[in-house]
Amino acid sequence: MAAKHVTTDSFQADVLSSDKPVLVDFWAEWCGPCRMVSPILDEIAAEHGDKLTIVKVNVDEEPALAQKYGITSIPAMHVFQGGEVVKAIIGAKPKPALLSDLDAFIN
Amino acid sequence: MREVIIIGSGPAGYTAGIYTARAGLNPLLIASSVEAGGELMKTTEVENYPGFPNGLQGPELMDSFRQQAERFGTEVLLDDVIEVDLTGTTKIVKTGGGKTFEAKTVILATGAAYRELGLPREKELSGYGISWCATCDGFFFREKTIAVVGGGDSAMEEATFLTRFASKVYLIHRRDSFKASKIMQERALANPKIEVIWNTEIAELLGEGKLTGVTTRNLVDGTEKQLDLDGLFIAIGNDPRVWLVENQVELTSDKFIKVDGRSSKTSLPGVFAAGDVIDPTYRQAITAAGSGCVAALDAEHYLTNLK
Repeated sequence: MAAKHVTTDSFQADVLSSDKPVLVDFWAEWCGPCRMVSPILDEIAAEHGDKLTIVKVNVDEEPALAQKYGITSIPAMHVFQGGEVVKAIIGAKPKPALLSDLDAFIN
Repeated sequence: MREVIIIGSGPAGYTAGIYTARAGLNPLLIASSVEAGGELMKTTEVENYPGFPNGLQGPELMDSFRQQAERFGTEVLLDDVIEVDLTGTTKIVKTGGGKTFEAKTVILATGAAYRELGLPREKELSGYGISWCATCDGFFFREKTIAVVGGGDSAMEEATFLTRFASKVYLIHRRDSFKASKIMQERALANPKIEVIWNTEIAELLGEGKLTGVTTRNLVDGTEKQLDLDGLFIAIGNDPRVWLVENQVELTSDKFIKVDGRSSKTSLPGVFAAGDVIDPTYRQAITAAGSGCVAALDAEHYLTNLK
């Protein structure tokens, strides 16, 4: 299942008001490491979707969101819980490393 | 049991793939899960790779390398090697994805990883103003003031590329001249947005939670100054990626994998090395590709003699 693309308009409903933790993947088409990490996030969503929702924000299309959350490096994967950023992962990482970073949310 | 496993997917790895596949050796190339394609995936225009008179994008070049390797039967696996045992006749390679492979020969083409400044809080501020990839992160510094540290080709390329976004780019270098190729230097020096700060190193990273500037130290007279910055791009070179094998194969005094003369033969029979991981000097896409070819031919020769 491909991750849902979130916009400034839908951010409140899709991310901030979610009951479940939401990982927001800030990415762009021109970012090579983002393209590499994207299928890994899809796998994690497929395996752990019951506990963690994974969505995407295209920083080209949503510069205001990127700015609001102080993004200066992508991929940046921020986990939101109760409307707050509770974990930030910067840079593409192999799946075992991402799973270990996300351990608190998926186990 | 495999005939050959190639670890790495830069120009050296894929060229070794093309040659060993064409030799009918059915190579497995373990490319890494998130860094497949190697260093060139982070560059923009490649102008010096022969055969492409108009230049092309680094990722486009690496995609072509991969296609050419796959065309002849190289099996490309997007996974990370986390452990090897190369000392026996049968080489064992384990991946982060939980797979274990056996092979008669292994070609190490693991390249080099970026070097850190070694300053306190460098990791903490990475992604919060400190960046290692201009093509990935330049976008976030529109109309901002940033600095690039380094004096080689990558520093020149990054500084020049970043002027597309930033209003001002400082280029901070330890020496009074650049190591970069002439054409890259001239391009950077001619750019009105770039200001070079010579003979200077970064002494301290400033900012809480987000980089706000640096303290620079002049290496001639020792004076320190504060420089306000929105971003800092570090391009001070690379170190050979040898952690996987450093306790098994012999290394040179500067920690590259040691090879025998002009060959790719390491200190272990059946283990060959190619590309930036053996090359302290040239480190070009074309020399890495040539070196990958050498490793493939050495592996092929070794396998023939086993029979």
